[in-house]
Amino acid sequence: MSASAIYILDMKGKVLISRNYRGDIEMNVIEKFMQLLLEKEDESQLSPIFQHGDVAFVYIKYNNVYLVCTTKINANVIMVLSFLYKCVRVFCEYFKELEEESIRDNFVIVYELLDELMDFGFPQSTDSKILQEYITQEGHKLEEVRPPPALTQTVSWRSDGLKYRKNEVFLDVIESVNLLVSSNGNVLRSEINGAIKMRVYLSGMPELRLGLNDKILFETTGRTKNKGVELEDVKFHQCVRLSRFENDRTISFVPPDGEFELMSYRLNTQVKPLIWIESSIEKHSHSRVEYMIKAKSQFKRRSTANNVEIIISVPSDADTGRFKTTSGAVKYVPEKNSMIWSIKSFPGGKEFLMRAHFKLPSVQSQDLEAKPPIQVKFEIPYFTTSGIQVRYLKIIEKSGYQALPWVRYITQNGDYQIRTQ
Amino acid sequence: MAAMYEAEAKKGEIYELKAELNSDKRDRKKEAVKKVIASMTVGKDVSQLFPDVVNCMQTDNLELKKLVYLYLMNYAKTQPEMAILAVNTFAKDCNDPNPLIRALAVRTMGCIRVDKITEHLCEPLRKCLKDEDPYVRKTAAVCVAKLYDINQQLVDDQGFLDMLRDLLSDSNPMVVANAVAALSEIAEQSPQTKDDKEAQSVCERITPRLAHANAAVVLSAVKVLMKFLELIDQHSEFVQNLHRKLAPPLVTLLSAEPEIQYVALRNINLIVQKRPDILKNEMKVFFVKYNDPIYVKLEKLDIMIRLTNATNIAQVLAELKEYATEVDVDFVRKSVRAIGRCAIKVEQAAERCVSTLIDLIQTKVNYVVQEAIVVIKDIFRKYPNKYESIIATLCENLDSLDEPEARASMIWIIGEYAERIDNADELLEGFLDGFKDENSQVQLQLLTAIVKLFLKKPTETPQELVTRVLTLVTQETDNPDLRDRGYIYWRLLSTDPKAAKEVVLAEKPLISEETDLLEPTLLDELICHIGTLASVYHKPPNAFVEGRHSLKKNLPLRSGDDDDGAGQDMLSSNHQQQQQQQTVVIGANVGSLIDDFDILGPMPTTQQTITNNMGQAQPRAASAVPNLLDDELSSILAIDSNIGGAQTPQSQIPIMTTATSFPINPAPKSANLLDDLFGDLNLGGGSSGLLYSGSSAFVLPKEIWLSAQKGKGLEVSGTFARRNNQIVMEMDFFNKALQPMSDLALQLNRNSFGLTPAQPLQVTTPLFPNQNVSTQLVLNTNGPMMKMEPLTTLQVAIKNNVDVFYFACTVPIHIYFTQDSETDKMAFVQSWQDIPESNEIKHQLQNVHGLSIDDLQNKLCSNNIHTVTRTIIEQKEMLYQAMKLTNGIVVLAELKITPGNRTIAFSLKTKVPDVAKLVVQAYELILGSN
Repeated sequence: MSASAIYILDMKGKVLISRNYRGDIEMNVIEKFMQLLLEKEDESQLSPIFQHGDVAFVYIKYNNVYLVCTTKINANVIMVLSFLYKCVRVFCEYFKELEEESIRDNFVIVYELLDELMDFGFPQSTDSKILQEYITQEGHKLEEVRPPPALTQTVSWRSDGLKYRKNEVFLDVIESVNLLVSSNGNVLRSEINGAIKMRVYLSGMPELRLGLNDKILFETTGRTKNKGVELEDVKFHQCVRLSRFENDRTISFVPPDGEFELMSYRLNTQVKPLIWIESSIEKHSHSRVEYMIKAKSQFKRRSTANNVEIIISVPSDADTGRFKTTSGAVKYVPEKNSMIWSIKSFPGGKEFLMRAHFKLPSVQSQDLEAKPPIQVKFEIPYFTTSGIQVRYLKIIEKSGYQALPWVRYITQNGDYQIRTQ
Repeated sequence: MAAMYEAEAKKGEIYELKAELNSDKRDRKKEAVKKVIASMTVGKDVSQLFPDVVNCMQTDNLELKKLVYLYLMNYAKTQPEMAILAVNTFAKDCNDPNPLIRALAVRTMGCIRVDKITEHLCEPLRKCLKDEDPYVRKTAAVCVAKLYDINQQLVDDQGFLDMLRDLLSDSNPMVVANAVAALSEIAEQSPQTKDDKEAQSVCERITPRLAHANAAVVLSAVKVLMKFLELIDQHSEFVQNLHRKLAPPLVTLLSAEPEIQYVALRNINLIVQKRPDILKNEMKVFFVKYNDPIYVKLEKLDIMIRLTNATNIAQVLAELKEYATEVDVDFVRKSVRAIGRCAIKVEQAAERCVSTLIDLIQTKVNYVVQEAIVVIKDIFRKYPNKYESIIATLCENLDSLDEPEARASMIWIIGEYAERIDNADELLEGFLDGFKDENSQVQLQLLTAIVKLFLKKPTETPQELVTRVLTLVTQETDNPDLRDRGYIYWRLLSTDPKAAKEVVLAEKPLISEETDLLEPTLLDELICHIGTLASVYHKPPNAFVEGRHSLKKNLPLRSGDDDDGAGQDMLSSNHQQQQQQQTVVIGANVGSLIDDFDILGPMPTTQQTITNNMGQAQPRAASAVPNLLDDELSSILAIDSNIGGAQTPQSQIPIMTTATSFPINPAPKSANLLDDLFGDLNLGGGSSGLLYSGSSAFVLPKEIWLSAQKGKGLEVSGTFARRNNQIVMEMDFFNKALQPMSDLALQLNRNSFGLTPAQPLQVTTPLFPNQNVSTQLVLNTNGPMMKMEPLTTLQVAIKNNVDVFYFACTVPIHIYFTQDSETDKMAFVQSWQDIPESNEIKHQLQNVHGLSIDDLQNKLCSNNIHTVTRTIIEQKEMLYQAMKLTNGIVVLAELKITPGNRTIAFSLKTKVPDVAKLVVQAYELILGSN
């Protein structure tokens, strides 16, 4: 169903390391990869999957390396891609960062990992926490290491016998707002991608149950008075019992140890965009371009957006920028053909203004200029746009200890784009 | 010199490593192995060190052991003899107390694809499959799949498949998972579910998986649901609910990494075509983001068009206009094209689309203008006489058009609206000046446009213009299409201008609003491959994969025959298909399609007048809906019985039958009647089972020789028969594509018996979509010969207007048996003795139907196997039979029949041993037939 071999390549297409899983393809087919990739790009047929003869290449790019799988059969290609991203995560957790150098410096352990991650093209264990229990940087004496039971158990994400003096759980509810506004100010898309991330420091094999103000749950249990949030789509970490959720919307699970993402959710919103931008750009060809940007915070007064950055593109041949703002500071970033207006703290219900002026050369370039949308970055703590709330987190362990959950809420920007005229 | 030094240095390096590998000190050894692996990693050849590295295998250091194993996997193939050295250590490691070592050993052994090692793998593998540790068992399960890949026979013989099946009920989930993976790899067949209830219960169990965080799990769940949905009553609430549940997870996939988004989008494209309901309200999620990679942008655009309808067109159009001003040329082009598609799809919005296109043309961005003109031509096709006011604007841009498609489109527009463009002749004349340098697409279009102009405005058009273009194309070009079209126009114009007008200016068929739709059969197959490469390429697996992994999958068939709703559904979808047939799909090569239709389009209505004018006595030959009964009757009479009917109008083609039928017959009853009447004459085509012709010679049922998939929509099935002592190739041609097919022709490759067509293939074309034609082709055996393996293989090439297709079929040997094989007793005995003993084949035949000896003889005789003599020896009936092949080979046979026993002792002699086995098969087939 899957990959024949995996390669990690540098940016020139040179093999840093490879592993042949099925032996049905000559390993040197990879020598053509880079050339084919460039050809596809020239023919504007670039895609993460392409066929050459009877071999398919499936690849992703991460930092300065390519991760490539080859296959000769009608492989489950979404699985191959998911697997490659899992590999990235495992390598990142092992070496802090995945890049050319970290692969070169750790080739022995990379080989060991590739051996455990996949067998004959079938993905095996890709949980770096569990892998770290028996594949480590230091050499081993044989007697010491054995396969951790978690490797094959139903609960394959948590080891037995964990012990903490203080049993604690931290929950972060993080909502990213995706916004797309057309150049005439219409909201085309407004969507929240939420995630509940956990840091779990609990002894033993605890059984957890999470309660949310889920609208469907309220409706089925007859609590129609409570205002619930309607989640459009929910995705869970593999530890959550999916059938149980499908049956009665209960989120029950044995958590992995440490940090992980318990669930993600998605919903469309009708609420006003949190930070609204109006722009007026006047371009006088051959002489200057003038910007007038208005930023408005449309959330409640008691909340505050921190580290707000408004990124506005400017023509590539602009120079000598002059700026004036009612709050924050503006910086011209020529290498990105943009200016960044930063506002450290932006309280709700406020409106700030910025004016900018650039000179343009008298000779105009022939090329069409792209006009990237205005992008906004921000963080609003103690606040969720959807109104989602953690009602309870029940923790049951057979030793009967008490553990306290801590909950934090934060809203931030996702893909937040406002097109300009 | 330098190379020599380098080689020396390398030698030194290898030598040093060798010394270190053989060091007593453990650490040095380990470091040395690491160095070897490092060299291997950067692609240096360190295979010379094989024995030294293998020596390090016996170590209690796990890391070292892993490295040595890695080395083994890499080099075992190049040093198979040496690899045997490792076998003992492998076997030992499979018994190691540490499960990690046991698993490592069994995993590595399976990766060493050396036959001699494989033999030694069986025992350790058997042990590991029953290991107490699940980690070892899960590794062993995968190893069975590895072994199967190397030596299938071994896996079968050793009973590993049963052991693997046992692991399906293992207590450990990972073991079960790997066992499932291994088994599905070995036999890619899923159990058949036919029942509505069962399908629902599968769906209920799968649905929760849509909430899994892993995109691969989600998409696989989608695949299963899409498949099983087919089995459930389409109007049930269950299906509606499932449709609702499928949308959110599909949308969420678009928040994943771009590469995964891409795969998701390619699959959504299929899902939208199969079940448009699911995502009909999700248009906005496919709006393109500025920072999407180009491959995501293009896919989103495609889906946007599929989802466009009257309610969301305003939004879509605003988006497309935005995209058309971006900088990426391919994306902009596709966006402009999309605007045109919207206009064709949503009539209410056509005017807005046109004005958007005009706005874009005003930008004067060259590629935008050209693309816009190409799509405007389609809009004119769809809404004739509605937007010609914009022609003036279009004409302003004549000079900037440098792409053939844009030029051809512009010329088409001028020709089509010649009567409203005052200076049409000047414009076309302008194009004509550079005629020779134009692309053939433009040339064809220009020829047609000028002829149109002439027919529309005969008085104003300079005669000289027409003469000039006709002279150019008929005398100064090498392009046969162009020349042919030129001649056709010329003759039409000179013989009957009225007919010319009817042909050239005929009303055009509508163009379809849905473009680039996949063929329904292909779509169904791809739905079964959601998430795989096939779903990304939109091609069936056998188009890019060889061997056993390319097994064809199909959506399950609904068994709801008793279900009225389902039946209606089928009917309505058939209606849809029919409607689709009547319209033309705009393909990639629009210009050339139009060309075809300028000529082909009017055929059904004008054909008769034309042929009459030409004085041909074949009025019915090309009519689109032939009289079913007459055709079949006359052909049957003409061939099989040789009655006076041969003097029917079709007598020009006495040997060829053409039975044309449409899938939805307006009078199904009469068709059945025909089947009843003539079914046993093997012309109905629809009846199955073994069939006899009049003389009751045995004919195999028709089998599919060329699938619609391989034949780009053309399906060919057929068989061989011997009729009136002639070899006849009987075929059905079925057009499963959306467009008519024409120009069918057939050729046979050189073959063992020199088979060659006695006449060209005569099928009345065009063959319309969903039309089925049966034909018979008489073959001679005087063609060029070439020995085939097996002898009965025949390679066939079939050509139509789309492509040339090749396939191979088998001609049963008895087809070659000739009538004149009757020999006398003495000659038989003489021949029998002449053939050496070693050529004799003995075999047990089954008298399946318990025929009497007379019946048996008759049956064989009707297949030209003649009994020379019959005697009784030791209370057993002896039949001596002879047959002669078309190429003169004589085969002699002796049948020994014990009364009351259905087993016949059979022996056979021939000078050519190659045919002996085939003749035995022929006996079996004939005796087994009804």
